[in-house]
Amino acid sequence: MNYFPDEVLEHVFDFVASHRDRNAVSLVCRLWHRVERLSRQRVFVGNCYALSPEILIARFPGLKSLTLKGKPHFADFNLVPHDWGGYVQPWIEALSNSRIGLEELRLKRMVVSDESLELLSRSLANFKSLVLVSCEGFTTVGLAAIAANCRFLRELDLQENEIDDHSGHWLSCFPDSCTSLISLNFACLKGEINLAALERLVARSPNLRSLRLNRAVPLETLQNILMRAPQLVDLGTGSYIHDPDSETYNKLKHTILKCKSIRNLSGFLEVAPRCLPAIYPICLNLTSLNLSYAAGIHGSELVKLIRRCAKLQRLWILDCIGDKGLEVVASTCKELQELRVFPSDVLGVGHAAVTENGLVAISAGCPKLHSLLYFCQQMTNAALIVVAKNCPNFIRFRLCILEPTKPDPVTMQPLDDGFGAIVQSCKHLRRLSLSGLLTDRVFLYIGMYAEQLEMLSVAFAGDSDKGMLYVLNGCKKLRKLEIRDCPYGDKALLTDVGKYETMRSLWMSSCEVTLGGCKTLAKEMPRLNVEIINEHDQMEIGSEEQRVEKMYLYRTLVGPRKDAPEFVWTL
Amino acid sequence: MEIGSEEEKMGFEETELRLGLPGNGGSTEGEVARKRGFSETEATTMDLKLKLSSKDAGMDLNEKAKNLKKEKNLLTADPAKHHAKAQVVGWPPVRSFRKNMLAVQKGSTEESDNKASGNAAFVKVSVDGAPYLRKVDLKTYQSYQELSDALGKMFSSFTIGMKDFMNESKLMDVLNSSDYVPTYEDKVGDWMLVGDVPWEMFVDTCKRLRIMKGKEAIGLAPRAMEKCSNRS
Repeated sequence: MNYFPDEVLEHVFDFVASHRDRNAVSLVCRLWHRVERLSRQRVFVGNCYALSPEILIARFPGLKSLTLKGKPHFADFNLVPHDWGGYVQPWIEALSNSRIGLEELRLKRMVVSDESLELLSRSLANFKSLVLVSCEGFTTVGLAAIAANCRFLRELDLQENEIDDHSGHWLSCFPDSCTSLISLNFACLKGEINLAALERLVARSPNLRSLRLNRAVPLETLQNILMRAPQLVDLGTGSYIHDPDSETYNKLKHTILKCKSIRNLSGFLEVAPRCLPAIYPICLNLTSLNLSYAAGIHGSELVKLIRRCAKLQRLWILDCIGDKGLEVVASTCKELQELRVFPSDVLGVGHAAVTENGLVAISAGCPKLHSLLYFCQQMTNAALIVVAKNCPNFIRFRLCILEPTKPDPVTMQPLDDGFGAIVQSCKHLRRLSLSGLLTDRVFLYIGMYAEQLEMLSVAFAGDSDKGMLYVLNGCKKLRKLEIRDCPYGDKALLTDVGKYETMRSLWMSSCEVTLGGCKTLAKEMPRLNVEIINEHDQMEIGSEEQRVEKMYLYRTLVGPRKDAPEFVWTL
Repeated sequence: MEIGSEEEKMGFEETELRLGLPGNGGSTEGEVARKRGFSETEATTMDLKLKLSSKDAGMDLNEKAKNLKKEKNLLTADPAKHHAKAQVVGWPPVRSFRKNMLAVQKGSTEESDNKASGNAAFVKVSVDGAPYLRKVDLKTYQSYQELSDALGKMFSSFTIGMKDFMNESKLMDVLNSSDYVPTYEDKVGDWMLVGDVPWEMFVDTCKRLRIMKGKEAIGLAPRAMEKCSNRS
């Protein structure tokens, strides 16, 4: 179909932006594949072990932006041992040896060393944007290298990383000539910061739109910063504590009035509730509010704040808001699209403060809701059925009842029907996390109705292999399946082995799969890496019937990885 | 006080630093071949087993394994009996980063508005050998066992968190050689052994906790052994 010259095709492809669409385009014919790959600038790699840096570089010579994900999702919850893998170093080495002019690197759940950051900063001359989410392995020394060497740096965004703090000196490493910063987020840093350097940096960054401070930045500095950067759109406060009768606080009140562009607000890592009135004037403009780390704001102060945020589209909050507080959200935030309610008591020694009532209120008041993460004390089938009816537009529905296998407290029944109602009603559901007491029946419903489902997280659920089979058979678009503490064994694992090549990955831990079953799978499917995590030498070689504690399998073009530690067996 | 039965349930911790009591054979049996039901996979847990009764002594290997299996079945089959506060690894599914942040904040924010007494009983906790102290609110726990578990989790990374100790035999050496004795400073400034008085009284009178190690504990240990045998 050579009707057009390549340049025209390329121009058309420019309008095809999403990764999926571009991937689809590249499959049409060889010509399109070639034009597409030569013009592709942004690539998303959901599993860094699915391919090698060399393959990536060879295929996309025009690469400007790379997103990489490393460890499996359950690594967030300490289910994956520390040295499992996910190192970014080989990628950075390969990129620095190539002619690729990478400008943006976004990493999630990867191990990043100072050495990697240093290499990156020195070898990629045009580097502009670094986003690290839930990564580890680096220190402020690596940050100093980025600050010092990336002359055109626009974005340094550190979200929830484990960073060793050696000194606040890294901020001073931004040279005076660096005036290009648009986004700076160091909220996750635990240590001290050179406040004067921070103020100077802000003062010489006229394009700064997003700034998220850490705990070490006091209110005085916030005041000074906002004076110089009233154009901010996204603000994360650090320590928000002061005497409300002081002059500094007074100044802050006036300064904030000028910050008419702030749409996202977060932080309050330390907070004196009596100082909250200073931010009231900007609440009406807010479309996104993250108070999930603001343990110091609760009760009536929290409600007072929320009542002013009528335009909120995204709200992240702690469960100390309570059902009553959620009712206020429901009556105030009519534009709400995404809600996350986190548990404030993660040691599990208290009671969660929200129940099914809060969720029902939200569903009734916020018809545009499409993304939910909800940690609660209990849930009923009746409530879920109402929620399903009120909000048929869910794309992401993640419910976590804090006590595993808890049934509907009113009927003492499993929550199969409730979740069944959700999947039946929400035809666009892409991500689902289940909890509470569940039998095989909920999986039957999921297999039958959740046609768009891409990611499913299951814990302490189901009665037999049938559960897993319903899902594998029914959910044609399934990409990621993660299961823990369920009675699924070899039969479930081996019935449809071809399925796994259509998926990114499968995680099963504390289930009933055996070593023999995993070996069989690995043998039949050479393009999968079937990894067994064998911590503390639990497993003996040769005994096929023993249960496998943790299995992670994923499709890959490059066979068993060479950086696997001793406790990871790739079968 | 049902310390014995709670210990049975919690017996699946990977490491147990038996508090103690030189000469008390409590730490030698059972723990080696422990099945990893819901125990911590990351850091090893230091279970400060408060030697408050002699019921746990003499629990043999098979019994422990049976208890583990029982506990696992309990967890999946019978939620009503499930100890509401038992710690399951990786549950609730909250990122460690967030958990740590909230834990730190709980300490400092409640401290700053701790004027309302009766709501919180924050005391400093020091563990010999740890680089820094922690604070815990005693009112969030209902028993010595809960406190012991929570402290174990808090301090696990300082005691046996190192990778060397993934080797089981080395681990047993450490367990057998170092004993932890929990002590506390009461209202009048005396240093007492934890566990003598009812829990509620302890919360009222405790001003500060110190987990002492090894040799320093010897002075208290004979008293402890005495109290222990009085208790059963």
